[in-house]
Amino acid sequence: MRRSGSPWQGLGVVTLKELSDHLVSARMRVLEWLVVLVALAAVYGAIRQVRDITAEDPFLFLRVFTTAREPMPSFVAFLGFLAPLMAIGLGFDAVNSEHNRRTLSRILSQPIYRDALLLGKFLAGLAILAISLTALWLLVIGLALIMLGVPPGGEEMARAFIFLAVTIAYAGVWLALAMLFSVVFRSPATAALVTLGLWLFLSVIWPALAPAIAEAVVPAGHQAALIVTAQMLARLSPATLFGETVMALLHPTTRTLGPVYLSQLEGAVMGSPLPLWDSLMVAWPQIVGMIAASILLFVGAYVGFQRQEVRA
Amino acid sequence: MSNAVIEVKDLTKRYGATVAVDGVSFSVGQGEIFGLLGPNGAGKTTTILMLLGLCDVSDGEARVFGHDPMREPLEVKRQVGYLPDSVGFYDNLTASDNLHYTARLMGIGAAERTQRIATSLARVGLEKVANRKVATFSRGMRQRLGLAEIVMKEARVAILDEPTNGLDPQASLELLDLIRSLKASGVSVLLSSHLLDRVQSVCDRIALFNAGKIALIGTVGELGRQVLGVGYAVEVEADGGTDIAKRLAALSGVRGVETPVPGRFRMICDRDLRAEAAAAVVAAGGRLKQLSLDQPSLETIYTRYFQSAQEARHAA
Repeated sequence: MRRSGSPWQGLGVVTLKELSDHLVSARMRVLEWLVVLVALAAVYGAIRQVRDITAEDPFLFLRVFTTAREPMPSFVAFLGFLAPLMAIGLGFDAVNSEHNRRTLSRILSQPIYRDALLLGKFLAGLAILAISLTALWLLVIGLALIMLGVPPGGEEMARAFIFLAVTIAYAGVWLALAMLFSVVFRSPATAALVTLGLWLFLSVIWPALAPAIAEAVVPAGHQAALIVTAQMLARLSPATLFGETVMALLHPTTRTLGPVYLSQLEGAVMGSPLPLWDSLMVAWPQIVGMIAASILLFVGAYVGFQRQEVRA
Repeated sequence: MSNAVIEVKDLTKRYGATVAVDGVSFSVGQGEIFGLLGPNGAGKTTTILMLLGLCDVSDGEARVFGHDPMREPLEVKRQVGYLPDSVGFYDNLTASDNLHYTARLMGIGAAERTQRIATSLARVGLEKVANRKVATFSRGMRQRLGLAEIVMKEARVAILDEPTNGLDPQASLELLDLIRSLKASGVSVLLSSHLLDRVQSVCDRIALFNAGKIALIGTVGELGRQVLGVGYAVEVEADGGTDIAKRLAALSGVRGVETPVPGRFRMICDRDLRAEAAAAVVAAGGRLKQLSLDQPSLETIYTRYFQSAQEARHAA
């Protein structure tokens, strides 16, 4: 049965309203402080370390992102857990709070489809994430410029920019997941806990669990199959995908993210960086994987929301 | 009814094996206040949600201004204002900001928005608190704000789900006045309630819901005749005169006359016979002291109906 009218009707209105809600919310204050503090901490640690190591690295600027100095993790590692946390914080009560405030049926009785409400909330969340992450990214680059005194090259900036886009996509996965649970669970607290639990499981426990599962599944003696299986399993987690993408983008010498066979090393100049395009190709499946994951999760939330009863 | 704004035919909603709404048919005319009445869980809200296209229809059909809520929900929702049971607003926004948001969703232009919001808030008496956060609003104020939204929408049909639920008597009287004023401005109203005297005081016609079906439908008087077997009771108080009781009983349309105390007569009749009764008393040489018409209350009808429905079930 076809329905008449555009599903986008009201999308802009919902997106703008959610954006302004986010911007004045206490959550945003917390996010802003997190952004500033993380930038300071990460850059300070990294730059002290980078100064000590060689100044001949052609990608010196990218080292600011990836270098860690004990006890601080690197900026990339910071982002690896900050981005999901921000996304979950923005999305866990997207739909169930409308239920609990009893505004849902009133809003849906206006001439809009449910599509607009859900997509508007997702877009607003993604925009907030993009704004925060871009601010963070600019802060880090600016601080690095001041403290390092070395301007970045064009390719470095291109890599750093793609890295920013990938981080936003990565945050999008968790935002979609959080929104899915905000549809499934009526209580925001439950939704937040389940999302956070799943995040911890996928980013901390799963990478450790994957080799163990692979060992149990693959018959003994097939060393290559074992490694490949473990990697495939680990890649089910968006955290693994993000880590690998960042690896390929910010370490230009990365030639492959899987196991390397001797035949592939024929003629390779070890330690020489790949051109940007090739680095991108190395990480392309991971990038596509993350985008696909957020689309799938959003579709899940969409289907759940369409079938949901509106009444409180 | 040719000028029906809402027409419902054999509307059915099933949740798995349970039937929430079972073959309901009714129609609401232009400018009419139509009440859906029945105990909680009788299917009133489900019926309303189906009319708005917020809930899938399992069987039968509904038409709002000739539009199918399932296929053309936007058309329907453009013309229908809905006040849900215990309506909610965004507590962190002011009353007028809340209305601004819905006005934008309705697609009202920026220039018109401010003016319509001011008028509608004034109409429900909330103009003084327009810039206060809704978090500070009482329940009655929220309900009125919900009505303001319907006024702002310039909806041609207002669907109100339990509008007076949980309000104090004063607030619910004010709300009922607002509902009457909606009708006066030509808006058709469909309201659901389990508060009987409230419904009786505003509704033109009533559908009595029971277990997903419409048990009875009509005006309060018609329902009274169907359930209690009487339409009107005329009470007469008179002094002197001879054989007043007999004369009254002889009038056409009178079913019976009781004399609870001497000088007081209670006639059960098919129609309003006050004028005839007065003439009869005077003709009998009596002095007429009081004459009153007693319509059966909805509460009596309702209680009696469910009593007899229960008795029928026990007998079966």
